[in-house]
Amino acid sequence: MEEKRTAWERLQLIHTKGRPTIKDYIPQIFTDWYEMHGDRLFGDDRAIIGGLARLDGDPVTIIAEVKGRDINENKTCNFAMPHPEGYRKALRLARQAEKFHRPIICFIDTPGAFCGVAAEERGQGEAIAKNIAEFMTLRTPIISIVLGEGGSGGALALGVCDELAMLENAEYSVLSPRGFASILWKDASREQEASEIMKITAEDMVRLGVAEAIIEEPLGGAHNDLDKISENIKEYLSQKIPEKCKKDIDVLLKERYTKFRKIGAFIE
Amino acid sequence: MFEDFFNVVKKRFNDGEEEYKPPMFKCPRCQGTSPLSKYEELHRVCPKCNYHGRLSSTERLAITVDKGSFKELNGGMRSANPLDFPDYSEKQAELRASTGINEAVITGTATIKGSPVVIGIMDSRFMMGSMGSVVGEKITRAFEFATEKKLPVVMFTASGGARMQEGIVSLMQMAKTSGAAKLHSEAGGLYISVMTDPTTGGVTASFASIGDIIIAEPKVLIGFAGRRVIEGTIKQKLPDDFQLAEFMYNKGFVDMIVERRKMRSVLSHLLKLHGYNAKEA
Repeated sequence: MEEKRTAWERLQLIHTKGRPTIKDYIPQIFTDWYEMHGDRLFGDDRAIIGGLARLDGDPVTIIAEVKGRDINENKTCNFAMPHPEGYRKALRLARQAEKFHRPIICFIDTPGAFCGVAAEERGQGEAIAKNIAEFMTLRTPIISIVLGEGGSGGALALGVCDELAMLENAEYSVLSPRGFASILWKDASREQEASEIMKITAEDMVRLGVAEAIIEEPLGGAHNDLDKISENIKEYLSQKIPEKCKKDIDVLLKERYTKFRKIGAFIE
Repeated sequence: MFEDFFNVVKKRFNDGEEEYKPPMFKCPRCQGTSPLSKYEELHRVCPKCNYHGRLSSTERLAITVDKGSFKELNGGMRSANPLDFPDYSEKQAELRASTGINEAVITGTATIKGSPVVIGIMDSRFMMGSMGSVVGEKITRAFEFATEKKLPVVMFTASGGARMQEGIVSLMQMAKTSGAAKLHSEAGGLYISVMTDPTTGGVTASFASIGDIIIAEPKVLIGFAGRRVIEGTIKQKLPDDFQLAEFMYNKGFVDMIVERRKMRSVLSHLLKLHGYNAKEA
């Protein structure tokens, strides 16, 4: 067993070149992958891919944020920062999954939703809000997995689910530690301090009721053994998807609502 | 004679001195200045450009609902400190003392020209109206209460977004509130979202943007990302009207822009159009 890394060490690790992305995982975990394109409203955002595949022979819908493995891929996928049309494509495919009774698997890996003029003009806030609200009542099982970065609302837009799993070194946060330091202390250079204070690790997520499972990474991190990490993800999904599919959908929806409903700390 | 002498002295004394100036209001939108009294008289609307300034939740309540009709829900709820964030509890205690409110939103039941509503009003004075556990919980309970009692919901939003000091817990309030709003919607309830200055970040990206009807006050700031963040990304200055209510209206994200002096009557009409009529006495 490795010693537990600090939040800061994990942040360095998930930004290591060569950390597997969804494009590496799909051929390892699924078969018959067919990618679908476009939100039918504006365009096709390559920061989020979606489509159909089989998991252990059964059809599933996959929706995933895409990190680039090199500069060209990153140009195409905009460094995994989606525009509204990406979230709207995700919702379109999620509704299709609901219609055809396929479970949905979301892979989260984003620094955050893109902050730009076009994104604002096309309603970044509305697009995220709508996904969050609609996913809450989609009548099909949803499992989300944070592969690396789970950045803010841009992650939550694919994060309303029946169960959330974190890869061991993945993080989930309200804002990047850099942004956090710059907002709260007006000093972006204090990002390491922010990363430790913010509680962003997989263990933090389980403790705070945000995540239910942690998927173990190979020694040294996911990039050291793609076969092994893919196997671990697949093992998790192969157990969870049938388990959720067996549940009565109304019970599942109630549990989904309750999962989020109970998060919060207050004094009455 | 004595009086004349006094006037002479007074005149001499005042020579070269500045005249008395009434307190002025400088508008953050048009940069114009007007007497503060005039701005206050208009319930904080800039007399020059019609920018609708910020109201406290109590002030907003007073000009919106029928006098004496408001019954607060969960008024005593206060934040815990889920991440043990340094100084967070102290900061809140200070704010409670200085503002006289317990958190960044008040919720309750009231009537608007006789029509019953569940109302929520955010208050930017309390940590920039940011949404942490308490804001999330109170808004969620407001929607749940409205669903149970078959009441419409009116939410006045004013928020800088997520409550940083509550980290991921604050992010999850987006899911909680939006989920409760969705269930209210599925039960057939009317939800009117009124965006006031400023409505940004995690509040824009959750319950504020999913109203059946979305109203905004003139010239208020509405957006997801902060202006400076976007300017930093694109390395150029944004036009002045970027992310104003009128901008979002032109882009199709706001149903109507309503002036403060008409808000109560517009809300009343919309409620009645949906069959939420005044109860017979």
